[in-house]
Amino acid sequence: MKSITHDNLLKLLAGLADEGKIVYAPVRKGQKVFFAPVQNMQPVVFDYIQTTESPKLVLFPRYEPLISFEYQGKEVKVDDPSAAAPAERVLFGSRPCDAMALKRLAEFFDRDIPDALIAGRQKALTVISMSCIKADADCFCTSTGSSPGDICGSDILLTPVENNGYAAEILTGKGASIADRCSSLFSEIPEIRKEQYLAKVEKAFSHEEVRKKLSHAFDHDIWNGASLRCIGCGACAFVCPMCSCFDIQEEGTAKKGSRVRCWDSCGFSLFTLHTSGHNPRHNQSERWRQRVMHKFSYQPEAAELTGCVGCGRCSRACPSDMNLKEQLQDIAANVETV
Amino acid sequence: MQALHQKVKELLESGKVQVVIGYGEGSGGKSRPVFIRSAADAAKLVWDDRCHQNLAVYINKPEIKKMGKAAIVAHPAAVRTIVQMIAEHQLSSGAIIVLAVENDTLEELTDNSSLEVYAQSHPVLFPPFVVKEIEDIAALSAAERFEFWQNELEKCFKCYACRAACPLCYCERCIVECNQPQWVSVPSHAQGNFEWHMNRAMHLAGRCVSCGSCTIACPAGIPIGLLTIEASRIARTEFGFEPGISCDASSAMSSFRNEDKETFIQ
Amino acid sequence: MENTFEPKIVAYVCNWCTYAGADLTGTSRIKYAANVRIVRFPCTGRIDYNLLLKALALGADGIIVSGCHPNDCHYTSGNFHARRRWIVFKQMMEYMGYDMRRVKFSWVSAAEGAKWADIVNTTVREIRELGPAQRIQNEEFRMMNSEG
Repeated sequence: MKSITHDNLLKLLAGLADEGKIVYAPVRKGQKVFFAPVQNMQPVVFDYIQTTESPKLVLFPRYEPLISFEYQGKEVKVDDPSAAAPAERVLFGSRPCDAMALKRLAEFFDRDIPDALIAGRQKALTVISMSCIKADADCFCTSTGSSPGDICGSDILLTPVENNGYAAEILTGKGASIADRCSSLFSEIPEIRKEQYLAKVEKAFSHEEVRKKLSHAFDHDIWNGASLRCIGCGACAFVCPMCSCFDIQEEGTAKKGSRVRCWDSCGFSLFTLHTSGHNPRHNQSERWRQRVMHKFSYQPEAAELTGCVGCGRCSRACPSDMNLKEQLQDIAANVETV
Repeated sequence: MQALHQKVKELLESGKVQVVIGYGEGSGGKSRPVFIRSAADAAKLVWDDRCHQNLAVYINKPEIKKMGKAAIVAHPAAVRTIVQMIAEHQLSSGAIIVLAVENDTLEELTDNSSLEVYAQSHPVLFPPFVVKEIEDIAALSAAERFEFWQNELEKCFKCYACRAACPLCYCERCIVECNQPQWVSVPSHAQGNFEWHMNRAMHLAGRCVSCGSCTIACPAGIPIGLLTIEASRIARTEFGFEPGISCDASSAMSSFRNEDKETFIQ
Repeated sequence: MENTFEPKIVAYVCNWCTYAGADLTGTSRIKYAANVRIVRFPCTGRIDYNLLLKALALGADGIIVSGCHPNDCHYTSGNFHARRRWIVFKQMMEYMGYDMRRVKFSWVSAAEGAKWADIVNTTVREIRELGPAQRIQNEEFRMMNSEG
């Protein structure tokens, strides 16, 4: 098994940035930690349980042009971003739950009509994740099919071990190509049991059970009580690594413009508003139900894809303390399976 | 807290109110909004220094209104918010019983004049770190301030938690959702974020009671409350306008005085 | 060194005073800088601050907002409302670090053709010295555009 020291890890990342790859890493901005492109590794932080914004932005940015046009004299130049080769990117510091989320997100956007932009980015993305040695009360990855040391979705998974170093699992061809090119930075160590270093996240509920119960829960009272304190902002959706809703906007003037895809949230009251004035999800309870159902019932039914990896960001971000783990435990305990 | 439980119990038992909007125990040691509908649950209410959220945001939520007459646990900033809501005709007088709490005191306010007296005698005090932030920004040069806000707003992904958390951001159709014309650029790029936050501040000028709910709500940790606090400071300095202390005040930005002073119009 | 920068100035003016004033400037054969694009509004009360933000975003280097003198508003009080708005807007923009020397506010009546010429000329001169306006840069947006 391979291992890498902390200093060599920084050298590895700096080397990747020098090669011209865009390296996204966790950096502190104010009190919070965000993923941002870094040139030098000095601002990269390691002491976080979870970043505020998820790394989904490396695949599915906050906003992006889908097509742009510009008048050049009498000619119209049209730019289709999916035609260009996507930049090579490296995501460093994602948690195992994040890596799993990115994999599922890419799968989601690949269904029916594949999304060329997102597929292209995923192909050009290398994920170097960091196992969790700490977790907090909002984490529930073990209930959604992930775990603090899960390898799913990562190309390289690092686990902090003794002496300021990391055990490195090289998991895919992409990971191997980096490890081979920079082999001098790694050393060989005997196989270790990484579980001893990992955080303990107790299983709070079974997502299979929740899925079964939700199929009977559409008209259940549980949604009304739970959503009373929801104020209908989009914080949960925007920090979620798997929320994939978007809005299409036109930006620009008569001479130059773009059609832009922007993040959106099913929690917003106008999200489902029809032009006629009818709103099929009129109340916040219907919108909250949609959020939970979509992740734990509709998506699993339609594509065997649980729309949640248990990162807990929504619960940490919520201004009204809507706690997703608690809600799901409540469903598992109090909804009857008819 | 005992007095609060007792009071809530009485209100619910006597049928004076059907629901009490208050703070309860939340997850991970946080407090959370709770809606107490039976006297037996009165003891679920808490009031301590974790209770910052401005609960006035729930007063006009349709689901809560449907429950019947409400009482609300309100810190001084929330009392001012309620006064401002009455002044802006978002709440009719006597429509809600306000349980004004501060430290260990509890007062029941049921009419406009008692609300006004309470609001006027209980200023909204900023926590020391906010005072420091305000001073730090005032000390910056224009270029540094530009840099400061560009860096802060870069974190904004437009989840609109600031808008949702603000009881005075009550429009059913916000300017950001109007697209003919599209005043505010929708994507959360620098220009779109600048336009949104500028609009939010302008719309709250002379109305923001400085409760800080938007700053607490912001998942990205942007001190956005400073913008509306500044907008209200300008309205106070320039027009002598203090929001949330009079139930029949006009709005700072839709009224004027002939003698308004400025020095920059040539 | 010769300054070759020609600023683009957008002027938002009211129909009843400043637009008529600017007309008078022309009929009086007073020459003034050609950098200004006049946009006519019914009243200064109608001039939304978002129009200023949009002009700055779309390439204006400077802005002039002008209307009737206080107490002269065709609609009695539009300019008083506008005045309050500009008092708050100007300070808010300064709080966010914007250089408000680029935005000029004035009262120009229908009889003040010479004043209009003077305001335009002074504004153009000052903004020529300030140089092109700082634009809010949509960094990521550009990056994504080039990167695909």
